[in-house]
Amino acid sequence: MSLDMLLQHLANGISLGGLYALIAVGYTMVYGILRLINFAHGDIFMISAYMAFYGVALFALPWYASFLLTIPLAAILGMAVERVAYRPLRDAPRISALISAIGVSLLFQNFAVVVFGGRPKAFPRPALFALQWNIGRVRVLSLTFFIILISVAILAGVFYLVYRTKTGRAMRAVSWDFGIAGLMGININRTVSLTFAIGSALAAAGSIMWGMKFPQLLPLMGVVPGLKCFIAAVVGGIGSIPGAMLGGFLLGVGEIMIVAFFPELAGYKYAFAYLALILVLLWKPTGLLGKVAEEKA
Amino acid sequence: MSRQTSRILTAISLIALFVFLRWAEGNLDPYLRRILNLIAINVIWAVTFNLIYGYTGQFSLGHAGFIAIGAYTTALLTLPLAQKEQNFFLTPLIWPLSNIHIPFLPSLILGALLAGIAGILIGIPSLQLRGDYMALVTLGFAEVIRVISMNLQSITNGSLGLKGIPGYTNLLWSWGCAAFTIFIVRMLANSSYGRAFKAIREDEIAAETMGVSIFYHKLMAFAIAALFAGLGGGLFANLISTIDPNVFTYILSYQVVTVVVLGGVGSITGNVLGSAIYVSLFELLRPFDQPMTFGSITIPGRPGLRMVMLSIIFLLVILFYRRGLMGSNEFSWRWLLSKFQPLFERARQEG
Repeated sequence: MSLDMLLQHLANGISLGGLYALIAVGYTMVYGILRLINFAHGDIFMISAYMAFYGVALFALPWYASFLLTIPLAAILGMAVERVAYRPLRDAPRISALISAIGVSLLFQNFAVVVFGGRPKAFPRPALFALQWNIGRVRVLSLTFFIILISVAILAGVFYLVYRTKTGRAMRAVSWDFGIAGLMGININRTVSLTFAIGSALAAAGSIMWGMKFPQLLPLMGVVPGLKCFIAAVVGGIGSIPGAMLGGFLLGVGEIMIVAFFPELAGYKYAFAYLALILVLLWKPTGLLGKVAEEKA
Repeated sequence: MSRQTSRILTAISLIALFVFLRWAEGNLDPYLRRILNLIAINVIWAVTFNLIYGYTGQFSLGHAGFIAIGAYTTALLTLPLAQKEQNFFLTPLIWPLSNIHIPFLPSLILGALLAGIAGILIGIPSLQLRGDYMALVTLGFAEVIRVISMNLQSITNGSLGLKGIPGYTNLLWSWGCAAFTIFIVRMLANSSYGRAFKAIREDEIAAETMGVSIFYHKLMAFAIAALFAGLGGGLFANLISTIDPNVFTYILSYQVVTVVVLGGVGSITGNVLGSAIYVSLFELLRPFDQPMTFGSITIPGRPGLRMVMLSIIFLLVILFYRRGLMGSNEFSWRWLLSKFQPLFERARQEG
């Protein structure tokens, strides 16, 4: 394989990894606070893609307006899911909340089949993102470049929010110890809502770029990226935001590289993420950057 | 009420069930028979999930994988040779399988055994993990099994699937297997193994202190559950007669969870009721998929609407009625008769 080809694959891998990282951060933030695998995260991702699509196709908004509007709508959706399906179960055994998450995920998927229809929809790709750029002898789609740029910028913003602001400190405190954080005067419900809002907004940003990269919308499109990104979050160390980013990029680059080097294994591409998950969990259950934490009672 | 009486009552009701099934096989229309068969198969799956989650406390989302293994094995062994040649027109079936055609019972047993072995192989790594991690890893293994069945063209025929599987499954087979599964799981739950399972569910550390080998018991529950899930898979394949990898997605595992949650986690009676309700609801809600007319108003139906309603019911149950129908209570004759006791009392007083 020539160097050019390698660079090309690397660019693809990093842009895919950036999308994975955006979604994985949403998972890891929710898991860090509630110890809950938010199975509905992948479906919020799917619904955001449809919202952005309908904004352009049905309401004839310009693409930037539709894309920008999708993000707060997704945040509201995430908060609503938390309020309706997870908050009543906060004191129940943890598995109950997981089952509830499965229920929400099923509901969203079936809802999407009924309302959006099972036929694939073509996501719009604005001209700005469809340019062919030649860097040296590597040809990159402008979209690839923008995805890397935007996702890194958003991730930096999340980093700032969580580690440099008062709200972020509250979030970290709640994830450290739910009860004590409440005693210290932190509004737990608000913090949890905010976490869901941020996670869902990240998923929406990811899904819009995903839609432009793979412009085919289907009601079940959120499942595979959702599971993969949870795996990325676990690989990086669940609960750790830098870990989720690292896991996302590793998974994206790894996936592209495996198919690039062993094309005959392409059919098994999907299984690789799971093998990575199983190996990491058995070898280092806390993930690459995770800390050893006592299980919360 | 003595033990003897309740045994006699059980025997009588089993015979009545047998007579009913014999009658139903000959007299009911195929649609109703299919629903009854599906209920029985769902009972098998629910009871096995209950063994892992309700009794042992391990949340597994890997049922679809074991069901797939059982279904593919049984289907490949029972497919007539001519049908095999028709199915595998792209890539021929590998040698020993292409010449084998054996009766239903040994195929079912082989399918169940293979699923059980897969249960052991998957259980060994997965059971090292706890709670939601285990759920995710088992879900992952099930999806890996599906991806493999999608890609192993020379064994599973890939995404083309297997068609024309003989419809050996009838009411006696399906309900017989369901009764056998319930019997075994019930025996197991009442044995010392069952008490160990429940001890693990309640408190792993305390159970270990009492000398219960946690890993061994978890693996045992997991493997037995996988074995019977595979049995149900074999029955399922010979009922629906066409299988392909997309039948065995995680949605099938979710379905098993739904059934168990509806009926009540930890109750076999609940599993049976849950299966009956789930399958019946699935059929009863079918009209919502088609347009409906009330007088002059026509409500346009949308395909998939019933799935939306089923998921809403599922969510309402988990949110507001977490115990499900039965909680962890079981049906017993004593309980049933105690309901009639007041009637007898009144009759005696009036008399």
